[in-house]
Amino acid sequence: MTVTREPGAPSGTPPAPLRRPAKGPARPGHGSVRRRGVLGVPSAETAWPYLLIAPTVLGMLYLLVYPLTRTVLISLQDFQLRQLILGDARFVGLRNYGTLLTDDRFWQVVRRTFLFMAVNVTLIMVLATLVALLIERLGRLGRIAVLSSLVLTWAMPVIAATTVFQWLFHSEFGIVNWALGRLGFTSFDRYPWFAHGPAAFTILVLLIVWQSVPFAAITLYSALVTVPAELYESARIDGASARRIFRAVTFPMIRPIFMLVFSLEVIWTFKAFVQIWVMTNGGPGDATTILPVYAVQTALSSQRYDLGSAASIVTVLMLAAVLVLYFRQMLRQEDEAL
Amino acid sequence: MSTARGTMSTARRHFRRVPAQLAAGVTIAICLFPVYWMVATAFKPNRDIQSDSPQLLPRTWTLDHFRAAVDADGFGLFWRNSILVTLGAVLLSLVVALGASFAVARMRWRGRRQFMLMVFIAQMAPWEALIIPVYIISRDTGMLDRLPTLTLVYFMMTLPFTIVVLRGFIAAIPPELEEAAQVDGCTRPQAFRHIAFPLLAPGLMATSLFGCITAWNEFTYANFLIIKHQDSRTLPVWLSSFQNVFGTDWGATMAASTLFALPALAVFLLLQRHVTAGFAAGAVKG
Repeated sequence: MTVTREPGAPSGTPPAPLRRPAKGPARPGHGSVRRRGVLGVPSAETAWPYLLIAPTVLGMLYLLVYPLTRTVLISLQDFQLRQLILGDARFVGLRNYGTLLTDDRFWQVVRRTFLFMAVNVTLIMVLATLVALLIERLGRLGRIAVLSSLVLTWAMPVIAATTVFQWLFHSEFGIVNWALGRLGFTSFDRYPWFAHGPAAFTILVLLIVWQSVPFAAITLYSALVTVPAELYESARIDGASARRIFRAVTFPMIRPIFMLVFSLEVIWTFKAFVQIWVMTNGGPGDATTILPVYAVQTALSSQRYDLGSAASIVTVLMLAAVLVLYFRQMLRQEDEAL
Repeated sequence: MSTARGTMSTARRHFRRVPAQLAAGVTIAICLFPVYWMVATAFKPNRDIQSDSPQLLPRTWTLDHFRAAVDADGFGLFWRNSILVTLGAVLLSLVVALGASFAVARMRWRGRRQFMLMVFIAQMAPWEALIIPVYIISRDTGMLDRLPTLTLVYFMMTLPFTIVVLRGFIAAIPPELEEAAQVDGCTRPQAFRHIAFPLLAPGLMATSLFGCITAWNEFTYANFLIIKHQDSRTLPVWLSSFQNVFGTDWGATMAASTLFALPALAVFLLLQRHVTAGFAAGAVKG
């Protein structure tokens, strides 16, 4: 779980009035001399910030830029088990991409990835908005109760949650089958959820929605409380219905945060790799194989590192499209903060 | 908000809140049930677990499953590994992030904006798509099956967030405070320790807790980078294989899940105060 802006963490609140004109770190006592570094007086002074960020930059270069470059290279090579051991991979141009793009199974996986993303993100955003609106409407006690249980759900480790869901949907002793049986759906007696593609897909969606709604709901709620009460009041005096108020007042106000959460959720759908790998391993058949799962299966299970890398690059490109949306939103806020 | 509600009569307010309270109850139940069911199953004796009519409240309680989980092969070792990797990654990222966020928040230099953009991009790094090259690079450099490799990866996973948050905290501390302390005769390290550090502590706390949770829960890299040397495995991987080892022993599996989730839940409950305090601050400032 990579939380970008922990709701309410000080990063979210623009510290604009507190921001100071920069000062050299070594001698803050000389604060009266502004922009010492940029005006380039002593070289030791100007080197400081670069020394301080050097470890970060080195880490990013070695642990992010280098692996990404390596993926691109491998995706352009003939790279299988033999090449992994002997290290004599040669370049084959775009052959791997050709193989991939003419493969029906790959396109099925791409379509499934989009479906998976659309279903998850829609459910997450709708439910999270409803829960956020609900929290706002509650009294103090109810608010604390709902927020606390959301935080607890949010805190549940992915692997633990995945294991629990497997147990909940266990065919023989699972409580879900028992409850469905009691409700009269006798066809669910000993129903093997993980043996049927659509059923396994549904359980994964349920699991991911259950895990993702808390963050989205809490973030949206923290955006909701910033909407000035006067706006609601005047809308109500004008006789607007609740739905109208949401469309015309609430939503436009929380739109920036909503878009931020939306793009985050799209990106995080790819993190569902863990749940899928542990729960179904992409199966039964291919029913729950989405792109990241496909890439790892191709590379690490079938030793086709080249094809797997090409699939990874396709994944990164898809993510990049969403990221552009995210960063436009992010930088708009950043400009206010910096 | 309060004024709008104040105009409503108390009775009508109560009436209006009934559906909301019902929805709140459903929300809480859906949120808590899986967690509850994990703990409840862990305490139930086997005959109650494998029964055709499961009881919502355990009738008899047992610690057998916890004993089975703790006695499992390598349990202590995997705990040690998880703790080592988590602490290593978090400490490393705190030290590195402190320097970088100080440079970003307090100094003006060419490339600052570009650097922050890089940090934001790194925060969104598609780690799921990088597993193949990281595997190959680790293999080439002889870093497979070794805990330091995991520490490095987790360090990079938590670093961007740590920088972003600490930058906010440092920017919020007026430099005048430290300067005033120095004028009053403090040395610079003293000024930092007595003035800036206490103000920074919540930020350090929040980021390190977040980092702990990320590293503690990470599964993918732990699963694919530790292959042959089983003694270097971490808890998430052990837990994911627990059912393979114990077969249908769901009680033991749930006990293991509970033990694994406990630290994360505790950390989050600690963190919740900060989160809700942040809500309050946001509400005031908004």
